[in-house]
Amino acid sequence: MPADLDALCQSLATEATPASVAHGLVVVEVPTAGVLDMVRTLKDAHGFDMLLDVTAVDWLPREPRFDVVWHFWSTTGHVRVRVRTRVPEGDPAVVSLTSLYGSAAFMERECHEMYGIRFAGNADLRPILLYEGFVGHPLRKDYPKDREQPLVPYLTP
Amino acid sequence: MKLPPLASLPNPVKSAFAPSAEGGPVIVNIGPSHPATHGTVQIIAELDGERVLRTDVHCGYLHRGFEKECEAHTWHNLIPYVDRLNYVSALINDFAYCDGVERLLGIEITPRCRYLRTLLSEYSRIVDHLTCIAAGLMELGAMTAFLYLVMIRDYMYEHLADLTGARVTYTYGRIGGLARDLPDGWLARLAEILDQYEVFVGRVHGLVDRNRIFIDRMRNVGVLSTADAIHYAYTGPILRSTGAPRDLRRDTPYLAYAELDFDVPVGIKGDNYDRYYVRMREMDESVHMIRQLMDMLPAGPINVADHRCTFPDKALVYTEIESLINHFKLVMDGPAVPAGDVYVAHESPNGELGFYLVSAGGGVPWKVHCRAPSFVHMGGVHRMLDGYQLADVVPTFGSVNMIGGECDR
Repeated sequence: MPADLDALCQSLATEATPASVAHGLVVVEVPTAGVLDMVRTLKDAHGFDMLLDVTAVDWLPREPRFDVVWHFWSTTGHVRVRVRTRVPEGDPAVVSLTSLYGSAAFMERECHEMYGIRFAGNADLRPILLYEGFVGHPLRKDYPKDREQPLVPYLTP
Repeated sequence: MKLPPLASLPNPVKSAFAPSAEGGPVIVNIGPSHPATHGTVQIIAELDGERVLRTDVHCGYLHRGFEKECEAHTWHNLIPYVDRLNYVSALINDFAYCDGVERLLGIEITPRCRYLRTLLSEYSRIVDHLTCIAAGLMELGAMTAFLYLVMIRDYMYEHLADLTGARVTYTYGRIGGLARDLPDGWLARLAEILDQYEVFVGRVHGLVDRNRIFIDRMRNVGVLSTADAIHYAYTGPILRSTGAPRDLRRDTPYLAYAELDFDVPVGIKGDNYDRYYVRMREMDESVHMIRQLMDMLPAGPINVADHRCTFPDKALVYTEIESLINHFKLVMDGPAVPAGDVYVAHESPNGELGFYLVSAGGGVPWKVHCRAPSFVHMGGVHRMLDGYQLADVVPTFGSVNMIGGECDR
């Protein structure tokens, strides 16, 4: 369905939201303030009824440092779209999509603990794969892979 | 050094709700290590008598930093790690991951590899569904059906060990191909196993399908509507059990699925019984596909001739300087994957298994993110548990087939 992808790409692309087709899906770059509007358009006008995935990419030392990446799927159109926005290290906040998609809640929890991205509007950002009291965000590039945070102190003989 | 008293240690989990001072509902903590939890998962349930009012599901007990570890190894070296995501159908993880890297490299795999990967994906799907159904039946006390199914599964494990050298975690996919070709007689044994599969699955149908106890425990329990399933991003057999014929093998054909004849079985109301039956029917479809693929399998090489990712022949490495350097660079630096990002999704036995790969150029990935169906499914599993009996938690959770390896990564 390359024709569908091109048509979708053209209808989403504006000056503020450049869109392109890459590796079989449409990629839209959105300013952080415009994420919710773009996702509403995708859901209501283009039938993207499933939020597949939420994650982030740490581009240290680039500024703004993080990409937050969402993948959507249309169960009727069989097309995927990727929405990407850039957030700075000082204020890594984006809007939560829990008002539109139930699946956002869990995936935003994971993204929050792994990268420290704040999802404004998600009231439940408790750790999910990590535990209460874990310090830092392990998938950030400046978190050393071998740092230890034992929850129970080590016993030394 | 003495351990501090247990009460002074921090609690790793903060529950979403707590018992109230003036009595009321009871809070029961199920898991993380409990015979009733199908995998290491913790369910905090608020109960009124035996009825579950609400649940708070916690996972992460098998978290081992998969994505962090991936950023420190070459693209090739990750293959054993992706095996251990869904360790019941490891081959599908291998192939989905390799497919992603191949797309970044712009490689088209050879026809024999494409058909073999399709065949082995379907074989893995049968193994995964057999495990899920067998464990679910055993939890309801159906020991005979469990043994029938696990016996067939063990034939398949042994058979896959003949091909790959391992029973569970195969490390069989390679970027641009496969580890090795089929040994002699492998397809003949496959045909035998599929015939035995039909005999024993037929017996399980006879034992279970119209069994009064089974129907009472499974029908109208853990009901999920199609709208809820899509809202919570359920994919795979769970979404299909609600009646929505959504299957990536049909919707976005990859590998050789466009050339195969198969049905997409769906349920009628999305309860435990439908999830059981959809999986049973999907295994039959997989057998049908494997039989077609055995006839279609072309001869030819299994690895692409591309020096960026395929290891040179060992005899050449010992005799020829270019091959020696090529081998050395592939081991030390890894395959040079161009910068870019790709999202690739395969229909795994649990649903959409996605890999979001980001390359900054070079032999080591910048980021490997796995969109694991089990993890996403855990976000909506309370919709299937709330409102039913405490005893229903066991079969419902079993029918979701949460796999700790891919859920917790």
